[in-house]
Amino acid sequence: MKVTLRVWRQESKNTQGAFETHALDQVKPEMSFLEMLDVLNEQLIKAGKRAVEFESDCREGICGTCNMVINGQAHGPVRGATTCQLYLRSFQDGETITIEPFRAKAFPVIRDLVVDRTALDRIIMSGGYISVKTGPHADANANLVPKDLADRAMDAAACIGCGACVAACPNASASLFTSAKITQFSLLPQGQPERKSRVINMVNAMDKEMFGSCSNLGECEAACPKKISIQHIAIMKKEYLFAALSADYREGMGSSETAG
Amino acid sequence: MMNSGIPEGPLSQKWDNYKSNMKLVNPANKRKYTVIVVGTGLAGGAGAASLAELGYNVKSFCIHDSARRAHSIAAQGGINSSKNYPNDGDSVWRLFYDTLKGGDYRAREANVYRLAQVSANIIDQCVAQGIPFAREYSGELANRSFGGAQVSRTFYARGQTGQQLLLGAYSALMRQVNAGKVELFNYREMLDVVNIDGRARGIITRNLLTGAIERHAADAVILATGGYGRVYFLSTNAMNSNVTAAWRAHKRGAYFGNPSYVQIHPTCIPVSGDYQAKLTLMSESLRNDGRVWVPKNKADCKKNPSEIPDQDRDYYLERRYPSFGNLAPRDIASRAAKVVCDEGRGVGLTGRAVYLDFRDVIKRDGEAMVREKYGNLFDMYHEITGENPYHNPMRIYPAVHYTMGGLWVDYSLQTTIPGLFAAGEANFSDHGANRLGASALMQGLSDGYFVLPYTVTNYLATGGFMKVDTSHAAFADVERDVKNGIQNLLSVGARGKRTPTEIFRDLGNVIWDKVGMARDDAGLKEALLQIKKLREDFDTNLKLTGDGDGLNKNLEMAGRVSDFLELGELMAQDALHRTESCGGHFRTESQTSDGEALRNDNEFSYVAAWEYKGRGERATLHKEALVFESVKPSVRSYK
Repeated sequence: MKVTLRVWRQESKNTQGAFETHALDQVKPEMSFLEMLDVLNEQLIKAGKRAVEFESDCREGICGTCNMVINGQAHGPVRGATTCQLYLRSFQDGETITIEPFRAKAFPVIRDLVVDRTALDRIIMSGGYISVKTGPHADANANLVPKDLADRAMDAAACIGCGACVAACPNASASLFTSAKITQFSLLPQGQPERKSRVINMVNAMDKEMFGSCSNLGECEAACPKKISIQHIAIMKKEYLFAALSADYREGMGSSETAG
Repeated sequence: MMNSGIPEGPLSQKWDNYKSNMKLVNPANKRKYTVIVVGTGLAGGAGAASLAELGYNVKSFCIHDSARRAHSIAAQGGINSSKNYPNDGDSVWRLFYDTLKGGDYRAREANVYRLAQVSANIIDQCVAQGIPFAREYSGELANRSFGGAQVSRTFYARGQTGQQLLLGAYSALMRQVNAGKVELFNYREMLDVVNIDGRARGIITRNLLTGAIERHAADAVILATGGYGRVYFLSTNAMNSNVTAAWRAHKRGAYFGNPSYVQIHPTCIPVSGDYQAKLTLMSESLRNDGRVWVPKNKADCKKNPSEIPDQDRDYYLERRYPSFGNLAPRDIASRAAKVVCDEGRGVGLTGRAVYLDFRDVIKRDGEAMVREKYGNLFDMYHEITGENPYHNPMRIYPAVHYTMGGLWVDYSLQTTIPGLFAAGEANFSDHGANRLGASALMQGLSDGYFVLPYTVTNYLATGGFMKVDTSHAAFADVERDVKNGIQNLLSVGARGKRTPTEIFRDLGNVIWDKVGMARDDAGLKEALLQIKKLREDFDTNLKLTGDGDGLNKNLEMAGRVSDFLELGELMAQDALHRTESCGGHFRTESQTSDGEALRNDNEFSYVAAWEYKGRGERATLHKEALVFESVKPSVRSYK
């Protein structure tokens, strides 16, 4: 099959980007989208031109490295799939495909289709963990966790941190990403001791990184390759309200121990 | 003979003896030491976090944008532990024994025993971190079985166990970044190690975004940089997985252990075209319920599988290995698939595939039950192949998945360069000639959480080295070598014709054909000649575009291919010298009458540790004798 690619090219964060058009006339429906870009890059290098920079790693939908907006949709037209899990059989012969980087103020472009998503790491840094040290702990079966809670925690923990939720959101909000981690820990007994400080700190970190607010549009859930539910955002808001209004949090305001 | 530094005492007390006799660093002094950890997978992430918690200053280096992306994340099936929750007869001894036997008696007893001992701590650690393992309705942790074991000792988080364990280590690491105890360097590739007075004292890295070559000094360096399966070009490894950090350390004096021991995983999605750069694994856990078969008659191979009645199917694993059946270990299952395909009974378009069939379990337990257990794996298969595995059997074929070989380390995980440690898949230590399923996650976390914090402490406390910083002349020397290497690639690349990918693919084909599932004398000698030619091609005819001053993934790949070319030669040399068969290393000259691997314990009961002698020069072989005090090596039978 044949396709025409309109690919975003941008030298660096501070330069102007533009679309570049390339025709590929020998691709196959069973090729993956990224394999098609590999083929394009081989052609470009052979012609003495700079290859299109894009990121990918596991190419099986779990590492969260690949990130592109394809025909206006983060990770392309297939629901519940990352860019690397997209195959050309999802496109028409002769189609023109537009490929752009994830666009958000918090995700500056590095080069071509590569953006800086470390803002998401900084949200995790602010509280996306349980503060246990390495060492001996209670036997793993000492704390029982009801199966339905463990399953729901796993639903939330399935987030791969790709940032498609941010790219899809008109406000470039990171609420789905942040709420998934908050929900995971708020459901589990291990997450209880830091439950309040975690949600306050992570929500504050999200705001500080210039991510927008959630206005319940649901684009994030539609774009999420792991189909993480928007319900988690409601849980995060509830958790935030509960923590912010609770007496022990308010008494401790200003004290770095409680807030930190 | 190499000294592996195994502690005194009976097997079950060696690790306790080590911990009792080791030297300690007092809490106030820990902040005076800096440790570099390269890699942020299970071993690196867990090690960096644990060392920082102890109070050391840690510099953590990550090739990706984030420490959450390392290839540990792709492990699907689970992690072994000797907890014996199902009460089915498991114990530290049995996990040790299964792992040692699974490795075809080519691993170091003391290391494997320690691994089995700390395996229980790992599960406690991970549960404390909030990892959502699968649970029973009672609220207790669930287990399933994996290849090479007759007990259910595998803990799992759906089909994403590696992801959940890595996110646990990543969270612990980010907590330490937040506390200021870990300085995280992302988008960095380690390009060399700096030795001063015979000890590892730092590394040289390239900032992948700016191209800047950077110096970093430390008191100890840990390499947790993964395996080298990408040398085959097509493997289940991630695009960024590479041997460069380990190989450059090898060139600076770290011996490379058992490079020819490679795991070829039996259940991967078959190759579909020459544009592919990556293969996808289907978890071994599928073999709990899926049955592997090919048609008995060649004439049936192109038929729709549902039209082939049971009496015309050859469930060859169940036939050949009745007591383990479809859960025969990986090396054995892979070879058996190759045998039936070589006989012309393979299926699919290329004839290089076998069926993994869920018809019987769906009939027995219902589709909903199968979906609950394997849903995401079935979805993944469906996405890639466009076929529905609930209705048609999966087609699978072996692919390179894991490398048991790696940097040689002693009992303390220290390489032959003092102060340079290697952990996780990057070292050679625990799996012998074949790794059992669900043991890689166990080893990575064991090394990171429970071994390195002790052994690195002991190294630092023993002392005997002075403070150095990056102004030392050795840093300038190594930095110059690194810069020259990159400049050389760019200047050849401006004139040549073949892209790094093209040469890489050729290398992969040679290694897969000649140093793959079956090896022989003539083929290995031919491989050595062909790799030499490819290396010459690379040195004179490489084609690159772009420059070294910013993000340039093809330049990165060229550097890695250069190292893979040298590694490939060493793999062939190692495979050529080991004229026995063991585990994943199958020499066709050394097999039993029914086609099983035939070990030669009299001549080959040793670890081959290779010393680098220069590009294109023959490496020198050193041996570490494998002494079995507690287990008598026997013929490894799964019949």
